[in-house]
Amino acid sequence: MIETMLFTALTLFGIAIAIALFRIVIGPSLPDRVVALDMIGVNLVSGIAIISVLLGTKSFLEVILILAILAFISTIAFSKYIERGVIIERKRDS
Amino acid sequence: MSVSDIVEFLGVLLILIGSIMAVISAIGIIRFPDVYTRSHAGTKSSTLAVLLTLLGALIFFWVRDSFSVRLILGIVFVFLTAPVSGHLISRAAYRARVKMSDLTVEDELGDAIRAYEEDNDDSDKEAKGDKGE
Repeated sequence: MIETMLFTALTLFGIAIAIALFRIVIGPSLPDRVVALDMIGVNLVSGIAIISVLLGTKSFLEVILILAILAFISTIAFSKYIERGVIIERKRDS
Repeated sequence: MSVSDIVEFLGVLLILIGSIMAVISAIGIIRFPDVYTRSHAGTKSSTLAVLLTLLGALIFFWVRDSFSVRLILGIVFVFLTAPVSGHLISRAAYRARVKMSDLTVEDELGDAIRAYEEDNDDSDKEAKGDKGE
């Protein structure tokens, strides 16, 4: 029973990731694609949590933290790039 | 059926509800007309989905062997950062002048920016004139 529910949840997350991937392919503007990428990262985090429950191990929980941090930083970098055209701003002496 | 079985079932049920929320937000991200409504679907309901899933995993592991601090850290981190990234990407889209859909009724920020530019128009012209002279 529990295993069936977990497999169903994993399949549903896979469907959600596939739909977001479709939005990345057809998205008309760059921010659309970045929103879909952010959503894929968040769904991957929950997919890894489900796999960790399914295998009964706690070894995958660090992966959740690292993937969440990577998704957040990549979204921040993309939004800085869209807004100004540069990611790291610095003042030059001239 | 013991108590721990029932609590494990509740955790897995939370995970299943979270996955259904994820599919709903994916439908939102494919159906909504422009980037602002899409960020509404991709940020809020997707955050709810991942929070429900991580909470279910936390309950499951709590009953199964022990309490997991790393899952708490993950929940807090996602809960803090998902609204921030959604706000930043919407702001970047607005600054990059991504077009709104035709169904948009009101754009209060655009009105405010236009009023501000009209107010400061004279000083801008004077500054430019000074530079030219």
